[in-house]
Amino acid sequence: MKYLDEFRRPEQIAALLQEIRRITRRPLRFMEVCGTHTMAIARWGLKRLLPEEIELVSGPGCPVCVTANPDIDRAIALADIPEAIIATFGDLMRVPGSLSSLNGQRARGRDIRVVYSPLDALSLAEEFPKNKVIFIAVGFETTAPTLAATIKEAYVRGLANFFALSLHKTVPPALATLLDLGEIKLDGFILPGHVSAVIGSKPYEFIPKDHGLGCVITGFEPADILQAILLLVSQANALAPRVEIQYRRGVNPAGNRIAREIMAEVFAPAPGLWRGLGMIPESGLELRDRWASFDGGRTFPVELPQAKESPGCRCGEVLRGLISPRECPLYGRLCTPEEPHGPCMVSTEGSCAAAWKEEI
Amino acid sequence: MKGKPTFSRPSEVILLAHGSGGRLSRDLIGELFLEAFDNPALAKLDDAAVLEVGGGRIAFTTDSYVVTPIFFPGGDIGKLAAAGTVNDLVTTGAVPLYLSAGFIIEEGFPLSDLKKIVHSLAETARLAGVSVVTGDTKVVNHGSLDKIFINTAGVGVIPEGLNISGANARPGDVIILSGTIGDHGIAVLSKREGLKFKTTVESDCAPLNGLAAAMLAVSTEIRCLRDPTRGGLASVVNEIAAQSRVGIFIDEKSLPVKEEVRGASELLGLDPLYLANEGKLVAIVAPEAAEAILGALTSHPLGREAAIIGEVRAEPAGRCVLISPLRSTRVIDLPVGELLPRIC
Repeated sequence: MKYLDEFRRPEQIAALLQEIRRITRRPLRFMEVCGTHTMAIARWGLKRLLPEEIELVSGPGCPVCVTANPDIDRAIALADIPEAIIATFGDLMRVPGSLSSLNGQRARGRDIRVVYSPLDALSLAEEFPKNKVIFIAVGFETTAPTLAATIKEAYVRGLANFFALSLHKTVPPALATLLDLGEIKLDGFILPGHVSAVIGSKPYEFIPKDHGLGCVITGFEPADILQAILLLVSQANALAPRVEIQYRRGVNPAGNRIAREIMAEVFAPAPGLWRGLGMIPESGLELRDRWASFDGGRTFPVELPQAKESPGCRCGEVLRGLISPRECPLYGRLCTPEEPHGPCMVSTEGSCAAAWKEEI
Repeated sequence: MKGKPTFSRPSEVILLAHGSGGRLSRDLIGELFLEAFDNPALAKLDDAAVLEVGGGRIAFTTDSYVVTPIFFPGGDIGKLAAAGTVNDLVTTGAVPLYLSAGFIIEEGFPLSDLKKIVHSLAETARLAGVSVVTGDTKVVNHGSLDKIFINTAGVGVIPEGLNISGANARPGDVIILSGTIGDHGIAVLSKREGLKFKTTVESDCAPLNGLAAAMLAVSTEIRCLRDPTRGGLASVVNEIAAQSRVGIFIDEKSLPVKEEVRGASELLGLDPLYLANEGKLVAIVAPEAAEAILGALTSHPLGREAAIIGEVRAEPAGRCVLISPLRSTRVIDLPVGELLPRIC
């Protein structure tokens, strides 16, 4: 398949692995920040192929996983509003909130639908004018421009029954917080390709400058990821950390101006609540006042239950890279993909679900 | 208000995932149906029950069809209702003979559509050489169900000398797949509301008794035979691994997948291993019979793209492992959740 097979060729993979083995001189720990990378690493079994000096840990990069319980609870509570239709991506359905999940509430008769794009939610609003369609929007800079465009489109179409609960977050502030916490020793970051396609490479410059860590913006095929690791090892060897772009076919150093402009038009930076990292200033995206009538959070104040995690769930520490999924006492015993206790096991991009795939 | 949420665990009500062919389905069957109906024929958990009758053996099965949309590229709910039940019989090695057909129809359903569906069911039954010998019709109030559901049951006769069951796989056996995977899943998805996309992929929906007969004509050394429908190849190999207490290794490189199916799967974030098929067989066969059976498949019109896709090992018992083209391995787990409800 074009643009895929050429990045999956076994000979090329073998050559990259050999080169990584050749230049690796000491144990190195890299964090992949994007859930799609976590999934690709598991799908291709890359951890088993890499030399044992190279350790990969997952960071706070799966949008479903970093959504905190109070926000899941809010989505669940919104489903109780009369005439509400909740529209959401499939992965969010099974995430346990404090008392139930969206899936559980749908089985109890709430109108909760899986959509594949915010525009599908917009179509629902047109199709059911008497209902209030509330799109539960989780994601990063990758999907924020689409949500912004959808909200503008709702305005153009004059849809008064379309709302978004923006739980969108931005990646660089979370990385800054993670590094400031200083809990985990890292040697570099495998940075998200699609987020960077929007924001470019500049927002990461503080990582080499202030923290002395290498960064490589990386594509999603096995050859991309291995090449990024090779670049990170070279940076570490040369003690010359910087932000490099491996994913050149997808990322321009300046990012995508149009996408950023529409984001800035619709959203304002706001405090964002992250599972595991807590409240991070300027890491959330809230709708600007001009678009307040589309803001599901502001339009429908709901009472939330006392937020509580599943007892023993250590997703927060997994998301900070502090423990591996296998170090969580629930993993594989009480918490499995079919009966998940935390989002990292629910989401196809979660590190626990990925680790489960590697469990042979 | 629609009422406060009740605070019990989500699993205390029936979820769509209970019908998905994944782990929740398996638990429901194990913990409720098997216990309640408790008998050895059911306990084997094959796609059709094998019963001793008058000195011979018959296969007996039933299936309900709720696919949406009811007309999809390459077929419709009528064709599916005939082929699906015939194929469940085929998985025991049986020669399918008779079908029943029960229709549950929503008030207001167009008669012209019903005619199309019934003729399609009839045509597929004729093609498979089976007769629809009994039936039932119920009409329910508008809104009580979505358009039309069909239940079919089937019986067939198992020739002497065959012993085919999901519990019969042994270490060293070879796994053969009769053609490309995921065609039905992608064809149906491409017509779904909210997900419409253009594709040339058609459902592979077809009765497979001819294909099975071609295999059995060259060798009776077939241990397990399955049609990987809902839950896809991943579900079938997991079922066999559990039933036979063996490890199943699938070589990803050797899996036949149409380019369009691969493309659509990449785009939608789906894995063809989990996509539904309605015209494919998975056969686990004795190693010495593998070449002959593969030859019989590839010379049949429905098996041209058949391939050897893996092997059975003793360990890890009850688990399935995918060997990637990079020669690394990962687990093929049972599907969870309900990514693609009402695919058949």
